Amino acid sequence: MTVQEIVEQLKATFGEKVGELSETLDPFLTLKAEDLLEIAGFLKDTAGLEMDFLQDETAVDYPDESLIRMVYHLFSYQHRHGIVLKVELDRAAPKVPTLEGLWPVANWLEREVWDLFGVDFEGHSDLRRIMLPDDWEGHPLRKDYEDPTEYHGISHDRPSPIDGFTRVDEKLRQIAAETAAQLAAATGEGESSEESAS
Amino acid sequence: MSQLSIQRQDAPGDDLLINFGPQHPSTHGVINLVVETDGEVITRAIPDVGYLHRSLEKIGEKCTYHGYMPYTDRIDYVAAMFANEGYARVIERLQGIEVPQQAEYCRVLACELCRIASHMIAVGTNATDIGAVTPLLHATREREYANDLLEELCGARLTYNYMRIGGVSAPVPIGWLDKLSRFLDHLEPIMIEFNRLITENEIYVQRLANIAPISAKEAIAFGLVGPNLRASGVDWDLRRDVPYGVYPDFDFEVPVGRGERGTVGDCYDRWLMRVREILQSARILRQAIEKYPTEGEFVAAKVPRKLKPKANEAQSRIESARGEMAYYVVADGGENPYRVRARTGSFAVMTIVEKISRGLMIQDLIAFFASIDVVAPEIDR
Repeated sequence: MTVQEIVEQLKATFGEKVGELSETLDPFLTLKAEDLLEIAGFLKDTAGLEMDFLQDETAVDYPDESLIRMVYHLFSYQHRHGIVLKVELDRAAPKVPTLEGLWPVANWLEREVWDLFGVDFEGHSDLRRIMLPDDWEGHPLRKDYEDPTEYHGISHDRPSPIDGFTRVDEKLRQIAAETAAQLAAATGEGESSEESAS
Repeated sequence: MSQLSIQRQDAPGDDLLINFGPQHPSTHGVINLVVETDGEVITRAIPDVGYLHRSLEKIGEKCTYHGYMPYTDRIDYVAAMFANEGYARVIERLQGIEVPQQAEYCRVLACELCRIASHMIAVGTNATDIGAVTPLLHATREREYANDLLEELCGARLTYNYMRIGGVSAPVPIGWLDKLSRFLDHLEPIMIEFNRLITENEIYVQRLANIAPISAKEAIAFGLVGPNLRASGVDWDLRRDVPYGVYPDFDFEVPVGRGERGTVGDCYDRWLMRVREILQSARILRQAIEKYPTEGEFVAAKVPRKLKPKANEAQSRIESARGEMAYYVVADGGENPYRVRARTGSFAVMTIVEKISRGLMIQDLIAFFASIDVVAPEIDR
């Protein structure tokens, strides 16, 4: 089935809840957060659609529009068709129902999105950080994230030790010359001491 | 501050909470499993990843389109060619660049050789984790030969960087295809010996057969890809089913798990998939040598030095050694991608560890963990 046909079938069932398809390379459909579970479940379980593979679930941050868009890539092994769904969330308090019940892989994918974007997943069984330490502050993939200067007293921007080094060429050359002279003298003495020992 | 939710139970009995890894040899470096056991039986094993998180997605947003290319091979250091290729393909889609025929053949040659090298490490370490050291020595030696060839192609032995947006960095060197054929002539008898040494070894079969089976339904629901998915009996390969590049030109088989020594989708099936895919890759390579176009361009002529794709978004899917690798890139018209996302096989397969490990013995957890062939930077990215 082409994406257009899938969207037509969705429109026949859900009517107004389904918006227009975008004209990007992989066309996507924008949904409301409250309709997501119903429509995703329909895509997964309806005969003829059967999108059993949640290929990807991620987010994109748009601070200018104060939105975070969730992106879901669904695919069907049997029919070899897929669709991209997007859900627009309020950036101040992003919240969306979890898809864990439909695709267990969403458990980790959502933890990752929560960790890196701060999106809250309603009904998620184990929502905690996955990449970063439990006590990390902020969500690094947001566009306005600022790198912290330290973590538990460990500074992230210590000066380079090389900056403290100075050029000592003249002095080094002097030392080298002195050492060479001492060495020559020592070997000369060594030879003479050997002679005296014998 | 939310902590890991499992805690030591003060129950009478043999309950233990063990940190398995990150330094354990069979966790391959930086993966930690928090394991709750009752005697030797695992009641729960929770993977704790993130020890390697290098924010490769964030780096992608800060680099130019061309500039991100060397970072992509850090996503999967055992099979870096695939990460290169996936990223190059998505940018080619966004910019509308057509890759010349010769470059497509160079890509197939590089990728399939890389798949052999990667699967060699996969089967070698799988055997070592279970306690057999010799197979790793054999496998590493063969991988070295493959690496020699890759080095001649792109100058690196680990973080290969051969793909460019619109093609490859150079055509194959003179005489390289001949060397490759000689390597393949050497490889095929070696695989027979390898199978006799280990694949048909009764002790080895006992350690892997019927251990930790994953059903086809579970494998799909947990988003498993590549050899792990095929071992569960799902006949799916992107090279054949959603073809990209010049893969339709080649004739090859896709090995599928049939439970030859036990249950479908057990550790032995996952092992067999990789052993057989090595030979299928060799088959593709032979055809690619045969059909290699000696004339033509190795990189598309019209790739601007400063790429600025129009606002758009796309995804590319390629069959990596660890299964489907999908890059999703959002362009906003600027010099840098607005968002780069890499969906990797190892990340998905870790989600099933908690479910499958319940009821396994500790030795079987190692067998299971070895058989899924995870690479740590693919999990954390």
